[in-house]
Amino acid sequence: MYLVVEQLLNGLQFGLLLFLLAAGLTLVFGIMDFVNLAHGSLYMMGAYFAATFVAWTGSFVLGALLALGATLLLGIVLEYVALRHLYGRDHLDQVLATFGLILFFNDAVRLIWGPAGLALPLPPWLTVPVQIIPGVYYPAYRLLIITVALVVAALLYLVVMRTRVGMLIRAGASNREMIGALGINIKLLFTLVFGLGAALAGLAGLMQAPILTVQIGMGENILILAFVIIVIGGIGSIRGAFLAALFVGIIDTMGRAFLPDLLRKVLSGAAASTAAPAISSMLIYLLMAIVLVVRPEGLFPAAKR
Amino acid sequence: MKKAFWLAGAVAVALAQLATAADSIKIGFVSTFSGPTAVIGNDMRNSFELALDHLGRKMDGKPVEVIYEDDQQKPDIGKQKTEKLVQSDKVDFIVGYIWSNVLLASLKTAVDSKTFLISANAGPSQLAGELCSPYVFSTSWQNDQTPAAMGLYMNQKGVKSVFLIGPNYAAGKDMLAGVKSTFKGKVVGEEYTVWPSQLDFSAELTKARNSGAESIFVFYPGAAGVQFLNQYAQAGIKQQIPLYTAFTVDELSLPLQKDNAIGIPGAQEWVNDLPNEQNKAFVADYRKKYPGLRPTYYGAQAYDAAQLINSAVVAVKGDLAKKDAMKAEMEKADFKSLRGPFKYGNNHIPIQNFYLQDVVKDADGQLSLKTVATIVKDNQDQFHDKCPMK
Repeated sequence: MYLVVEQLLNGLQFGLLLFLLAAGLTLVFGIMDFVNLAHGSLYMMGAYFAATFVAWTGSFVLGALLALGATLLLGIVLEYVALRHLYGRDHLDQVLATFGLILFFNDAVRLIWGPAGLALPLPPWLTVPVQIIPGVYYPAYRLLIITVALVVAALLYLVVMRTRVGMLIRAGASNREMIGALGINIKLLFTLVFGLGAALAGLAGLMQAPILTVQIGMGENILILAFVIIVIGGIGSIRGAFLAALFVGIIDTMGRAFLPDLLRKVLSGAAASTAAPAISSMLIYLLMAIVLVVRPEGLFPAAKR
Repeated sequence: MKKAFWLAGAVAVALAQLATAADSIKIGFVSTFSGPTAVIGNDMRNSFELALDHLGRKMDGKPVEVIYEDDQQKPDIGKQKTEKLVQSDKVDFIVGYIWSNVLLASLKTAVDSKTFLISANAGPSQLAGELCSPYVFSTSWQNDQTPAAMGLYMNQKGVKSVFLIGPNYAAGKDMLAGVKSTFKGKVVGEEYTVWPSQLDFSAELTKARNSGAESIFVFYPGAAGVQFLNQYAQAGIKQQIPLYTAFTVDELSLPLQKDNAIGIPGAQEWVNDLPNEQNKAFVADYRKKYPGLRPTYYGAQAYDAAQLINSAVVAVKGDLAKKDAMKAEMEKADFKSLRGPFKYGNNHIPIQNFYLQDVVKDADGQLSLKTVATIVKDNQDQFHDKCPMK
């Protein structure tokens, strides 16, 4: 029983982290109709900034906040310098250009920080396991990720649903031309949205950094999952991204945790332990396929075009 | 007239190329030079270059030309690069291969063309057994050997039960099988993770803790080893369940693992402080040539590969057509290996010692690896019976 609780927490933590990454992606894709493959690079930059600033300031929290600001700034500059010119183009051009940006960022990181990667050590108060219910210990840092991601999700919900900017964002997701015609400064809105998306990706990167290593190309694998999530959730929908991220995180973790034992009941030991990881990594794609068949627009389609 | 002039020129150029081709030793080097594991490929290249420096960049008086190719850690790319080296570059030797799955995909190309292939790291069980070949040598080990040594050490420590975790690819399976082949206690659980994309091991660590196992064994080469140790320490399992490893803590991962690696034992056939003369020179010159870097076992094996090739080239006085003579010479392992002298088994896999290594702070205050004990002497892999070569 405790095992299930702990694995659920693992899934929740992974899902929430994916949500941070997917939220920015879905905003940019949904509102600006812009395919940004370089979103994973912003995730990587967040991690590199954090590793650098934490080492520089000696404080984990301060370094993380600085890194967040730096990624936000980087996102805004990137939008202003490069991506702004691609809005009118078709998706293929955008894919090509942002793929180029991935290569650019990877090599820029190699030049600045070297090929070996960085470590982002946690302060001692975050490396202790916490007893959440009697008999169940959970890493403090993973609890922190869960808390921060939930707070960010709540804030994002408030901003999008309850503020004027949020109203514009929602309007932009439903009908871009119309809000432009109504005299809203769409350029500024786009820059803002892109900066927000970059900061969210940076936050995901810097929070993942102490668990994984900070390394070149770290954003590429996880970006695929983020795309799966926004397709499941419905492009442009924060609520969809949130639920889809939780689904994906929990299904992935539970699959890895319990599928091998289930398979061992049917198959021989060796075959089961080889097949289980392969099948469990397929589960989320299976989920995506089912969602696409049943609801091609995703669970919560934001825009009806 | 003009046409004839150009023709003569073209012939001269072609002949000149032919002449240089015959006059140099051409070596193809396949390893990973991009992506997160590029640091391993770089270390192998650094050590190989250092070996060439030590040889005066010549073998039997002939200049050595090395063509480095990046396999991107992908079996299909590795196979393509091997084909390119064999078919269009027409190299005399192929060296490298970090990953067992990349080597297995590339093996047939080299063997069919009768090009000597020297694996400087990967040692899949098939290579030692049914896929062994007169044209393939290893300067590393068969995958099972190192974890099998770790299993012996765990017996010595009186460990009663273990939970095994490793990546789901050729080497991962060999490694876990290796521990099981010698470990006398109970194997409580065995988990494989998606390789190389899975970097979060929370589900596996949770299972290991709840399994009640007395110890955990893992094999995670490269950055995955850093991530595993991070998560192992953060989950507080380091204080509860001791960890035993193979190929998880090395000089590349140590600067990132930092204190997480202290007290984590590993088994290895080469450690930087092995006391033979050639090893001392290798470590000192490496640190001089590449400031800030330290050599790893990957590099030491690549260095040995260069020396092994040199011994064969010298034995046939540079006549690389004498393949049988070169094979016979390499089988003697008559060169100064950085791990000290070793013999080759019938399957061209070294019969060698394995050492217990530990993480300590060295004279510079930096974390480094140190030999603690010899776990097993003259160890031969368990698949040599399956190899038809005598």
